Amino acid sequence: MLIFRHQDGSKLASPEQMQIWMKQTMDWIGSIAAQNKFSGGNGLPFDDAKVVHHKGIVTNGPFGEIKETIGGYIVVKADSVDEAVEFAKGSPVLQGDGNTVEVRKIAKGDGVH
Amino acid sequence: MTHQELIPHLFRTEFSKIVAVLCKLLGIEHIEIAEDIAGETFLSALESWPYKGIPENPAAWLYTVAKNKAKNKLKRDQLFAGKITREIKKAIDENNEACIDLSDQNITDSQLQMLFAICHPSIAEESQIGLALRILCGFGPDEIANAFLTNRETINKRLFRAREKLRKEKIKIEFPGEKEIGKRIEPVLTILYLLFNEGYYSESQNSILREDLCLEAMRLTYLLIENEKTNLSPVNALLSLFCFHASRFEARSNENGEIVLYQDQDRSKWNYELINKGIYYLQQASKGNMLTKYHLEASIAYWHTIKNDTQEKWDNILQLYNRLLQVEYSPIAALNRTYALAKAHSKQEAIIEAEKLKLINNPYYYSLLGHLYTGLDNEKAIGHLKMAISLAKSAADRDVLNKRIKKIE
Repeated sequence: MLIFRHQDGSKLASPEQMQIWMKQTMDWIGSIAAQNKFSGGNGLPFDDAKVVHHKGIVTNGPFGEIKETIGGYIVVKADSVDEAVEFAKGSPVLQGDGNTVEVRKIAKGDGVH
Repeated sequence: MTHQELIPHLFRTEFSKIVAVLCKLLGIEHIEIAEDIAGETFLSALESWPYKGIPENPAAWLYTVAKNKAKNKLKRDQLFAGKITREIKKAIDENNEACIDLSDQNITDSQLQMLFAICHPSIAEESQIGLALRILCGFGPDEIANAFLTNRETINKRLFRAREKLRKEKIKIEFPGEKEIGKRIEPVLTILYLLFNEGYYSESQNSILREDLCLEAMRLTYLLIENEKTNLSPVNALLSLFCFHASRFEARSNENGEIVLYQDQDRSKWNYELINKGIYYLQQASKGNMLTKYHLEASIAYWHTIKNDTQEKWDNILQLYNRLLQVEYSPIAALNRTYALAKAHSKQEAIIEAEKLKLINNPYYYSLLGHLYTGLDNEKAIGHLKMAISLAKSAADRDVLNKRIKKIE
C-alpha cells in the first residue's frame, strides 16, 4: 500500500494547478495499472474530515497540528518492497517539499503485497 | 427475393424465434426437441415452397407449421409426453391455440429469457457464445465454426456439452428477479461484447458473416434496451460502444478486403447515423451514477469519432484509458493507453512507459514500439516491426506490418 502524506493542495494552489496535479496522478496510476500492478485506491478529500478523540470528543480534521496528513492511498501488486518503492518514486505527490509516500505491506498472511 | 435467397434469410431470423418460444414452453431440458421442430419446419418450407410458391406471409406460415409439428410431436411421442407437465399436455389436448404463443411480445420475452439462461454462470464462456449464436441468432454449426476458425465437430461438441449443462443444472427460462438483475446482466453483457468482438476482430475471411455477428450482438442488446426491466445504464453504454465501432465498418477495409488502420481511414466513409445513435445511447447510459468498463470504452470510442487530432481529444482518451485500466486490466488497453500517451504527451515519454509493459509475446506490443521509434530511431523501429511480423497471427496483419517497414525504408 502506498500512502500519500501531504498538505491540503487546495490551500496552496489554484484550481488550474490542482487540475494538473490530478492529471499527473491519474497518469501515474494509469502507468501502474497498464503494467497490471494496480489493485485499488482512493483519494481522501480534506474537507469534512473529523477526528474522534478519547472520551468521544470530536474535532474538525487533524490539519491544525499535522502538516502532512493522509491525502489518499493506492494498493499495488508488487513482487517486492523494492518494486513498490520504485512505483512510489513516480508519484506526483513528491513534487512538494516535505510530502511523503509511505510504503506498507498489507497483512494477508500469503506473503504477497 | 426468390426462395433460394428467402429461406436462408428467414432461417436466421425465424429459427431462433421458434426455438426460443418452444423452449420456453417445453423447458430447457427439451432444447434439442425445440431445435428439431424448428429445423423440420424449415425442411417443410424447402420441400413445399418451390412447388406451391412462397406463401403471402412466410413467417406466419412457418409459425403455423411449427405449431402443428410441436402438437403432433407432443401427442405422438408418449414417452416424451410423459416427461412434460400436465398443464402443457392439457392445453395441447384441448387444442388450445394460445399455448404455443408466437406473438411478437412472447417471442421477444422468450428470446431475452433464453439469453439469461444461456449466460448462466455454470456454462463455459466459449460454449455460451456458441449456444447464443445457434439458439438466439440462428447460425448453423458451419457458420459458427467459420467465425471461430475451427471445425464443425468442435462446435458440435461444444454445443452438446452446453446443452447437457443446461439440462443438468435445470436452468429455468425466466427473467431474473429485480434484485438479481444487476448481477445476472453482467455475464449477458460479457457474451454480447464477445459476440460483437468476434465479428469485429475475427480473422475469418468471410466479411459478411463477420458483420452479421456484430449486427446480431447489436440486435440482442437492443432487445434488452426495449425491455423496461433490462434497460439499464451499462446496457446503453454497450450499445453505444457497438454503434461507434460499427460506424467504421465501411472504412475499415479497402476494395481488396485489406485492413485500413484508423489513422489512414477515409473519414467520409464513417457512418454518421450510427455515430449519432452512439451519442444518444451514451447520453442514456450517463443517467445514474454507474461507471462500468462499457461506459469508459464507449467514451473512448466516442472521442475516436472526432476527426481532428486535437490536444483535448488525446488528453481525454488518455485519461479514459487510465481509468479503464483501473477497472479492468487488459494487454490491449495497456497498449492503447501508451499510444494515447504518445499522442497527448510525447513519443519519448511513451517509449519509457511502453518498455515497462513487457508484453513480449504480443505482436501488437512490438508493433506499438515500432510506431513509437519511427522517426526517432528508424533502425530500432524496423527491428521491432520485424519482431511483430514473426509473432503476427494472420497474413493480413503481416501485410500491414510489411507495408509499414517499406514506408520507413
